[in-house]
Amino acid sequence: MGAPPAGCENDRVPEQPDRGDRPARLAYLDHAATTPLRPAARDAMLPWLGERFGNPSGDHRVARGARQAVDEARDVVADVVGCRPGDVVFTSGGTEADNMAVRGVYAARPGPVLSSAIEHDAVRNPVDLVGGTTVAVDIRGVLDLEALDDALTPDVTLLALMSANNEVGVVQPVADAVELVRRRAPGAAVHTDAVQAAGWLDLRATIAGVDLVAVSSHKVGGPQGVGALIAKSGTPLRPLLLGGGQERELRSGTHNVAGIVGMAAAFHAAAAERDATAARVGGLRDRLADGLLAAIPDAVRTGGGAGVPRLPGTLHLCIPGVESEALLFLLDESGICASAASACASGAHQASHVLAAMGVGPELGAGALRLSLGWSSADADVDHALRVIPAAVGRLRAAQDRRPEPAGRP
Amino acid sequence: MRVLVAMSGGVDSSVAAARLITAGHDVVGVTMKLWGGESDTGCCSVGDVDDARRVAQQLGIAHHTWTFSEDFDRHVVDPYVDAHRRGATPNPCIECNRHLKFDRLLRRAEAVGYPTVATGHHARIVTHADGTRRLARGADAAKDQSYVLYVLRQAELSRTLLPVGELTKAEVRAEAEALGLRTARKPDSQDVCFITSGRGRRGFLGGRIDLRPGRVVDEAGRDVGSVDAVELVTVGQRRGLGLPGGGSPRYVVDVDHPSATVRVGPERDLLCEQVALERVVWSAGHPARASRAPIAAQCSAHGSPRQARVEPVGNDRARVRFERRERRVARGQSVVLYVGDEVIGGGVAA
Repeated sequence: MGAPPAGCENDRVPEQPDRGDRPARLAYLDHAATTPLRPAARDAMLPWLGERFGNPSGDHRVARGARQAVDEARDVVADVVGCRPGDVVFTSGGTEADNMAVRGVYAARPGPVLSSAIEHDAVRNPVDLVGGTTVAVDIRGVLDLEALDDALTPDVTLLALMSANNEVGVVQPVADAVELVRRRAPGAAVHTDAVQAAGWLDLRATIAGVDLVAVSSHKVGGPQGVGALIAKSGTPLRPLLLGGGQERELRSGTHNVAGIVGMAAAFHAAAAERDATAARVGGLRDRLADGLLAAIPDAVRTGGGAGVPRLPGTLHLCIPGVESEALLFLLDESGICASAASACASGAHQASHVLAAMGVGPELGAGALRLSLGWSSADADVDHALRVIPAAVGRLRAAQDRRPEPAGRP
Repeated sequence: MRVLVAMSGGVDSSVAAARLITAGHDVVGVTMKLWGGESDTGCCSVGDVDDARRVAQQLGIAHHTWTFSEDFDRHVVDPYVDAHRRGATPNPCIECNRHLKFDRLLRRAEAVGYPTVATGHHARIVTHADGTRRLARGADAAKDQSYVLYVLRQAELSRTLLPVGELTKAEVRAEAEALGLRTARKPDSQDVCFITSGRGRRGFLGGRIDLRPGRVVDEAGRDVGSVDAVELVTVGQRRGLGLPGGGSPRYVVDVDHPSATVRVGPERDLLCEQVALERVVWSAGHPARASRAPIAAQCSAHGSPRQARVEPVGNDRARVRFERRERRVARGQSVVLYVGDEVIGGGVAA
């Protein structure tokens, strides 16, 4: 979008007239996809993008400086999530951490693997790869503990259950699931993908009970391309990547020092303001939800319900009579950055396995809209969304009513 | 004018987008994600989406990817498979144009405020004195794609732009080179996007329908060869019939599907005087009085036009009578009717 980036010297391409592609107001409502970098993270990283550098594995003063930065970052992350520093394995992000948990446990101790039916693809696809099975959720999007009880056999080697879902934001009963697993399959490890939850929930209690936790930096205001697998000592685990043996032999590869430092700063900042941000953003989200449901009365708020908490930043709606891609196009034109929640590498939308698992039919699911707020969200974002979204929905519905028939199909 | 360009990731739609920008239009690019399975190239591989996006970035326009794979399965792939099961010879590109590019995409474009859609097809749209529009052959005869676009009626023609229809392919590539577009030297896409060169039609259909072996018999009903998949045999075919070499060429003149029997004969048995069309589309409404004028009928994507006359039958059927006896048109193939360079309509051989 916009002008070609500097450095792509293409003065030969024709000049695109201003197509109103720079809307007067931008409302970024896609924090579940990624978040803007927190100033604290940027400040912490800047030296490592400038004069400071070093390979933490080396044996000289430059290396030692880098090593110290990584060690201190490890302490901060461990402190925030509530584990021992030695449990933190820095990775390239949440996807790698999830892959490592599932494939690493399976490689160390092959056996039946279970996961919820609403895991992120970073868990779902590895679980599929090792022949795992999924456990159902109910229509609220909550893991069905009875189904888990039925599925658990003593030889189960791993249960993967996310802390909160990335599409609908529903918080999962991880502690209850852990209790079941310990009783029915005492040898099994429990992994939780806390990529979405980490910025919002105090995970100490959850993390105390599980064996493995995946977290990602950029969902919490840190840089992209870095994350961690919290792997409690004693958990059977094989590395995905073999090489120089960094990270307790679990994750080879030279450390992403700037990224790790930025991640730690972001986690620290997020934790320091967690309760205040959750309350503030939760209020914004509720105002957005109330306003949209009032303006679009037949919109369905997906998942959650009485006694079922959602992440404070997430609002997922299914809007009958509109198609997500068309709605997102109009929202984009008006400066609203939102999502239909699942996207593949080509940018094309796929039917959501999360909605399907919750029993949302394809017709209703076709109008899925995820609005996710975060630390940078403000009242003005909600105001703008409340102005734009109902109008866009009305426009698409009006167009639906005028559809002609295709040629050659009398 | 606000124009939505359907960008396949090929050079033609890249140049189409560039020309519209130069002409001062307000342009947005959309790549349709149609086929979810294996593909050599065509419109749907991740690589093609990448090319379209990179060209859009180069041109400084927004780019979106829209997924219509369910519609594509329903309107293009499933009917393609079903046609083979029934022994017809379908043209999926035409169905894609009919149902996806010039229906689904056009409707969504309009809904989001872009009533005009452009594509990189090699064909032209001309306006008659009475204000009606006609599809006409592209300037590059070898690359002309008017055949696969005959399904466009006034409603579609009036909302469609074909910016490269006036150019030869060489000119398109030269323009792309001059603009530095990354697709300038990208090879043309070939054949049906969901049929890979590795597995072919047989591999694709074999996983979806039972391919049945069939007898090959001559005019007198004597067994002269065999085929291992009667569903893949097309009227007019000469090869792959297990016929002994030598002698005068013999062609498939009929396929009896229920009995899985392929009849072959000399070319004269293949010749016929007419073809009945169904699902007929008239570019400018029903041509009640057009039947006496001589026309040219093109019976396959790269076939030469045959002199003919057309008689409309009812609302959506027609009979095309050839001036000379011509080879039979396989059931399911589209026959496109031209007056000069202009398409007046077309239909599917019944």
